[in-house]
Amino acid sequence: MLLLTCPHCGVSGDETEFAPGGEAHLKRFGPGSSDGEFETYLFYRRNPKGVHFERWRHAFGCGKWFHAARCTVTMEVFGTYPADVTEPPAELVETIRAKRPEWEGF
Amino acid sequence: MKRYSAFAIAKEALGYHVGWERAWGNPEPKPEYEVVIVGAGGHGLATAYYLAKNHGITNVVVLEKGWLGGGNTGRNTTIIRSNYLQDPSAEIFELSRRLYEDLSQKLNFNIMFSPRGVLMLAQTEHELRAWERTAHANRLFGIESEMVTPERIKRIVPIINIEGPRYPVLGGLWQARGGTARHDAVAWGYARAASDLGVDIIQQCEVTGIDRDEHGVTGVRTSRGAIRCKKLCIVVAGHSGVLADMAGFRLPVESVPLQALVSEPIKPCIDCVVMANTVHGYMSQSDKGELVIGGGADGYNAYTQRGSFQHVEETVRALTETFPMISRLRMLRQWGGIVDMTGDRSPIISKTPVPGIFINCGWGTGGFKAIPGSGWAMAGLVAKGEDPVAGPFSLDRFTEGRMIDESVAAAVAH
Ligand SMILES: Cc1cc2nc3c(=O)[nH]c(=O)nc-3n(C[C@H](O)[C@H](O)[C@H](O)COP(=O)(O)OP(=O)(O)OC[C@H]3O[C@@H](n4cnc5c(N)ncnc54)[C@H](O)[C@@H]3O)c2cc1C
Ligand SMILES: [Zn+2]
Repeated sequence: MLLLTCPHCGVSGDETEFAPGGEAHLKRFGPGSSDGEFETYLFYRRNPKGVHFERWRHAFGCGKWFHAARCTVTMEVFGTYPADVTEPPAELVETIRAKRPEWEGF
Repeated sequence: MKRYSAFAIAKEALGYHVGWERAWGNPEPKPEYEVVIVGAGGHGLATAYYLAKNHGITNVVVLEKGWLGGGNTGRNTTIIRSNYLQDPSAEIFELSRRLYEDLSQKLNFNIMFSPRGVLMLAQTEHELRAWERTAHANRLFGIESEMVTPERIKRIVPIINIEGPRYPVLGGLWQARGGTARHDAVAWGYARAASDLGVDIIQQCEVTGIDRDEHGVTGVRTSRGAIRCKKLCIVVAGHSGVLADMAGFRLPVESVPLQALVSEPIKPCIDCVVMANTVHGYMSQSDKGELVIGGGADGYNAYTQRGSFQHVEETVRALTETFPMISRLRMLRQWGGIVDMTGDRSPIISKTPVPGIFINCGWGTGGFKAIPGSGWAMAGLVAKGEDPVAGPFSLDRFTEGRMIDESVAAAVAH
């Protein structure tokens, strides 16, 4: 079972305490954008076999949204971080790079 | 190929069964093929078979990184039905269901198609209305599928509890000619028949790269060397994104684990398939007597072929509520497959941004039932450049907003 730690309240719990929210750091395209951008925003996801950045909500805890970096093959969670950022923190990226030298980066 | 028949069994019995030949060939890869198909699941093998059978294209190879049928085709709960809501879905799933009817004879391989009936329960008013709408749509389309009352449901499935406690059964959508088939046999039957028509099937051969020039695809790199080709079909279910990445384009697909489990074998107690979408569980009984149980998909992307543990409990809890008599059964095995989910829960059978590359994916939680029709349509698309059944499932429907929305039509899409 997947274990996560909420970066807001510090509580660790198994995945049933959290609700998954899909790919993180999507750039929103709305009115005025091209068809291609809008389509990509709505439907296209990275779906990597490896390092994945995603959104989670501490649904049965403090209720707050946050981000997690996880490997979709080994299920290793590299770290979690708050929701109010548009890219993962630099030190987390370094941690992942050290563990996954072949990773192409964020 | 020697034909399988009762006479052949009798003859081999007299000869100590030493005369049986390999079911399919085991050739070395050639340097070049007209069509390379990646993925020897049901859809890849059926594509190869219909390319040869319907279009006379036999210079074809199917490349499989593991063993054929070892992906979702050999991991699913084998539900076959065609009573989908949208016309393009009804078209391809009914074509499939019809092809399943005499597939054993066509392939000369017993795929154990068992049209035992598929019952989809309505356990909320909302679900009842949704199934009524589907039943009307099916009638207009000419698909045999009907609404049944709780009393009739109790007669069809005596072991069901229609009274609740949480969700009483209010009605159901019943397709009498839906059912199940032996999943491995579908893969094996297509493999044997395709091999007989001259198609090469190469197992333990992983595609690791895709070569292209400015005109389009030129070949693939594999764990057993490079292979050139004119056309390339990507038919790898959960790994579609990985292959698309090799070819340099992206897909509107996410890969998630979906689980199933089977109980210890018991005497016959249920002779149809029951799906309970509100409480989320579905069940049928195999010929061996095991109850075959399908569970929920994980809510997040993964490639683990395992799935989250809590789904087992959720599923079993739902089914013991619906079928109280199974509450003391022990479960024998549990496993997972990686299913490829699209936003509208409909598949993609399409050309791609790279000329010469075709993709067949997005079957998600419900593509076993579609194997014959999908292979038929995909072969048409690859051979002729277009196909009436495949047409609506093209990749550009996401650009055009031309969704084939089956996600609202059924919470579970098997
Ligand atoms: C638990 C579960 C229950 C299901 N229940 C039902 C059901 O009741 N009814 C129904 O209709 N559908 C059901 N499905 C869905 C159904 O199983 C799939 O939609 C269908 O089997 C997909 O077939 P496929 O041929 O596309 O993929 P697969 O059978 O997965 O075949 C793809 C193949 O590609 C190979 N491959 C991947 N990458 C590479 C590579 N790089 N090189 C070479 N080969 C590669 C894989 O090894 C695999 O063998 C269920 C699925 C699961 C997991
Ligand atoms: Zn919290």
